[in-house]
Amino acid sequence: MFDIEVENLAKRFGDFVAVDGLNFAVEHGEIFGLLGPNGAGKSTLIRMLTTLVPPTSGTARVNHFDIVRQPNDVRQSIGVIPQAMTSDLELSAVENLTIFAKLYGIPREKRNRIIPQLLAEVDLTQWADKPVKMFSGGMRRRLEIARGLVHEPKIFFLDEPTTGLDPVSRVAVWEMLARLKRERDLTILVTTHYMDEADKLCDRIAIVDHGKLVALDSPLKLKASVPGKNILEVSFSGAPQNWTETLRALPDVAEVKSEDNIFRISSENGPRTTVALMEAARVANAAVTSLSVQSTTLDDVFVHYTGRQMRDSLQGASAAESPFLIKRGGGL
Amino acid sequence: MHRVWAIIERDLRRFRRSPVLVIVSIVMPLVQLVVLGYAFGGQIKNLEIGVVNEDHGVPSVKLEEMFQAVGANAKTFNTIDYHDKAAAMRDLRNGKINGVLEIPPEFSRKVFAGANPRIALAEDNTDQFSSSALEGVLNGMMPAYNAPAVLPRTTASVSLAVVEVYPYVPYIQYLLPGTIVLAIFVSAMIGGGIIFIDDKARGLHEGYLVTPIRKFELILGFNLAGAAKAIIAGLVLITLGSIIAGIPDPLNPLRMARMFVLVVLTSLSLISMMFLIMVRVNDPLVPRAIFGMLNTVLYFPSGAVYPSQSFPAWMKAIAVVDPFTYAVHGFKQLILKNTGLMAISTDLIFLSVFTIIAMSLATVLFRRTL
Repeated sequence: MFDIEVENLAKRFGDFVAVDGLNFAVEHGEIFGLLGPNGAGKSTLIRMLTTLVPPTSGTARVNHFDIVRQPNDVRQSIGVIPQAMTSDLELSAVENLTIFAKLYGIPREKRNRIIPQLLAEVDLTQWADKPVKMFSGGMRRRLEIARGLVHEPKIFFLDEPTTGLDPVSRVAVWEMLARLKRERDLTILVTTHYMDEADKLCDRIAIVDHGKLVALDSPLKLKASVPGKNILEVSFSGAPQNWTETLRALPDVAEVKSEDNIFRISSENGPRTTVALMEAARVANAAVTSLSVQSTTLDDVFVHYTGRQMRDSLQGASAAESPFLIKRGGGL
Repeated sequence: MHRVWAIIERDLRRFRRSPVLVIVSIVMPLVQLVVLGYAFGGQIKNLEIGVVNEDHGVPSVKLEEMFQAVGANAKTFNTIDYHDKAAAMRDLRNGKINGVLEIPPEFSRKVFAGANPRIALAEDNTDQFSSSALEGVLNGMMPAYNAPAVLPRTTASVSLAVVEVYPYVPYIQYLLPGTIVLAIFVSAMIGGGIIFIDDKARGLHEGYLVTPIRKFELILGFNLAGAAKAIIAGLVLITLGSIIAGIPDPLNPLRMARMFVLVVLTSLSLISMMFLIMVRVNDPLVPRAIFGMLNTVLYFPSGAVYPSQSFPAWMKAIAVVDPFTYAVHGFKQLILKNTGLMAISTDLIFLSVFTIIAMSLATVLFRRTL
């Protein structure tokens, strides 16, 4: 059964196409990652799925409710952590949670029971009554995760939950999400810029670019879909003519790119190619000055599918529609 | 020195790219010039004067005609005929008219007898500007009446006896009602304007909008919270202000209770007006930029600092729809004349209706989506 089904969903701001007819479905219990460069349409997509932005065309069902026709049922089913830090800084952790519990219409005795429980789950019990302005970025994020769970939603949306956090806080947030998902039987849709995180935590990943879906699969399969399982970066002194051709002929080599004297070799079998490369260099009397062998990462997948050239675009059109679109709160 | 130039350049470039700021910084002083220019010292016109003629002799009719001539020409006041002195005095105390001219029963007889007849002016002296204008015109009329073109058969000289129906009202007391409303306005401006837009810009509203809350619930919640803050400001001001301005018996419980009703309605109307103005605004600069202008445009035409009888037509038109006008009028009645709520029922009704309309419009215009 699918918890989120997206059908031809599109959003235009004037001439600017933010989301261009997307189709995909998220299964129950998945952590579904949404990757893409800045301005790819990730936030607009999340905002449509969470009923904050009405779609221009197409629709989606979230927890089997239509986002256009049944927005209030959708809102009751979802927990949302927006990109900006949106806790009330003057209020304490408990007060922030209480306000939201009331917004969801949770009765008092239930509130009194679940709020301490939630604070414990996000490790904020000892700061429960401290004003949020004293919290670090990671603590605020954890509080917002607790806030998104006060009404026990089935589906959790997080827009770049770890952007701006230090590595320790990032790990803490992700571990927390993985644990919460297990314990609460959640379906999670998350956007991030950190490929290593997406790789470790997401069951499936959708790569979005220019508002379109360019790839969708498990991290493992996505990595397999990119030519070469390993990347060798090597530089030589005294490399002969036609050296690139020589390298391309080495066993298991899929692709060779060069820049000045640095060669980037994609290989199906890193160790074998490396041994052959050292031998070829010896024969050609070229000295290896540096060598590194890496496994293919999601970074490579990302670059492969979205291209690496800079493609900045003005967000003017969308910003005029929605001033929040380009705002980043919390002094990130 | 390069660094200084860098700071200057940055600031001026930004200034040039924010036309709102440039416009406001020019328009706001101009608005003040025009509004304040007409708010103070204009000729007071169209005061309402009740005339009670208890004499009906020829000299008294002649006097009445002279009053009517003022209404037709200088227009300082219009006359309303009363047959019953008690009814006229009641209307005076309830603020319906600004003064009562009484021509006493023996007037004509005293004129013919040359016995120094007097007419009496009972005036609403809570408004010093209006009452002195009134006295000025009436005193000016007396010599005209006393020196007719044809040589008189009698040599009686009519004099005007002025009765101030309230104790002397110093300007600080006259200003107090406007100040109370101003405190409520500032609170509404901060709560309904600045904080609202700042929260919106910081993305706090995004958190609310993903919950199942309805538009009307959000608007009502914002309005009532803002009103609560404004009510506190208003209550502090009616207490401290009454003491500072030297209102007699400043903490009179009955008057305080009446003022509480008016503080609540004034707060609701001003905060709902503010939300209506701000409902589609996203730029945190806007409420700060228009703060002063709104203040000028709403406060001065309301009659808080000078009687509205002296204003040009366009300012009177603002006053008609300006909740300040009704709030200030209400507080003037309660504080300076110690009237009951009946005397300000028009004000209370206007403020209530204004609140309902403003809140409904804000709900319609509010965007549930980003």
